[in-house]
Amino acid sequence: MNLPEQLDSRSCVLLRLGERRFALAAEQVAELVAPSRIFRFAHRTPEIDGVILRRGRVVAVCDLAETLTGKRLATRRFYLIATRDRQSAMDWVALPVSGECELIRADLTPAGPSDSPHVAAWLSHDGEVIELLNLNALTPGPKTTPAPPEARA
Amino acid sequence: MRFKRAPAAEPLRTEQIILFRSSNQIFAISSGSVQEVRSVDSLAGAAKEISEPSLGKVRHAIRRSDRNLYVVNVALHFGLPPSAAMLIFLLRKSRVALLIDGIEKMTSMTILQALPKAFCHEEHRWYRGLTVLDQSVIPVVNPEGFLTAEDLSLLDAISATEPLPPSAPGAGLELNP
Repeated sequence: MNLPEQLDSRSCVLLRLGERRFALAAEQVAELVAPSRIFRFAHRTPEIDGVILRRGRVVAVCDLAETLTGKRLATRRFYLIATRDRQSAMDWVALPVSGECELIRADLTPAGPSDSPHVAAWLSHDGEVIELLNLNALTPGPKTTPAPPEARA
Repeated sequence: MRFKRAPAAEPLRTEQIILFRSSNQIFAISSGSVQEVRSVDSLAGAAKEISEPSLGKVRHAIRRSDRNLYVVNVALHFGLPPSAAMLIFLLRKSRVALLIDGIEKMTSMTILQALPKAFCHEEHRWYRGLTVLDQSVIPVVNPEGFLTAEDLSLLDAISATEPLPPSAPGAGLELNP
């Protein structure tokens, strides 16, 4: 395998969850907003904290810190609003983050078969190896089922 | 990428709703779904206790117009702490009655947004969607989401062993559609 095949350069947004940094593909990031009132109501999806109102939309708040770092965030400085592709429809999710986010361009190394499903790829930045997150694997939602073989042809 | 505003709605259609409380939470229900509002006391003599361990949210049945209505404790249905319920909504064209704490107010909604797709469990059956009133998000309950056909069959089988006393009509507030 030669290097140009292995690396894919992309714009990414670095986000901080406690002591660790993770990345999201920039095209998945819609906005970074100050924390606003969170509305909670009865439901059965434990990964969801509640919803916020943003530009007339109701957006689910999903705290990834516990899953990714083992600890809930002590402080939420911003909500990173990201888009997900669910059943051929776009869906928004608000991710609490504990610090500033940074837009970078980085070379990506594809995730390997032994990596967790939430790792879409890896990147290296400032001497740190950072996971590029696969939001569909990390956040709850209807499972996307692969198309049957005949439909794929 | 810019976060787009929700698409502009077509000409606004309003729907009359009742905001009600259960276990300190506010829910909305279409007023067209509610046939009658009764106080718990007014049905005290007419309701029969029933017990089915798999349906702990249903403790009482009422006989109305030759059929049984089953009273669902809304707090228990939504997994909320039990509360002091004072009112019963008898639902229109349904065999379900809802035990609630009280009515907050009647109002109208112009927006009903689908539940975000990140919610992926029972709540999709519980709610028709979410509405926004005075910058607050309120879940709008689905009147058909409280008991399934299987639940009703099970409750019918239990209550068939003992006939229910008929409840007295006219002791509640009838809501016009």
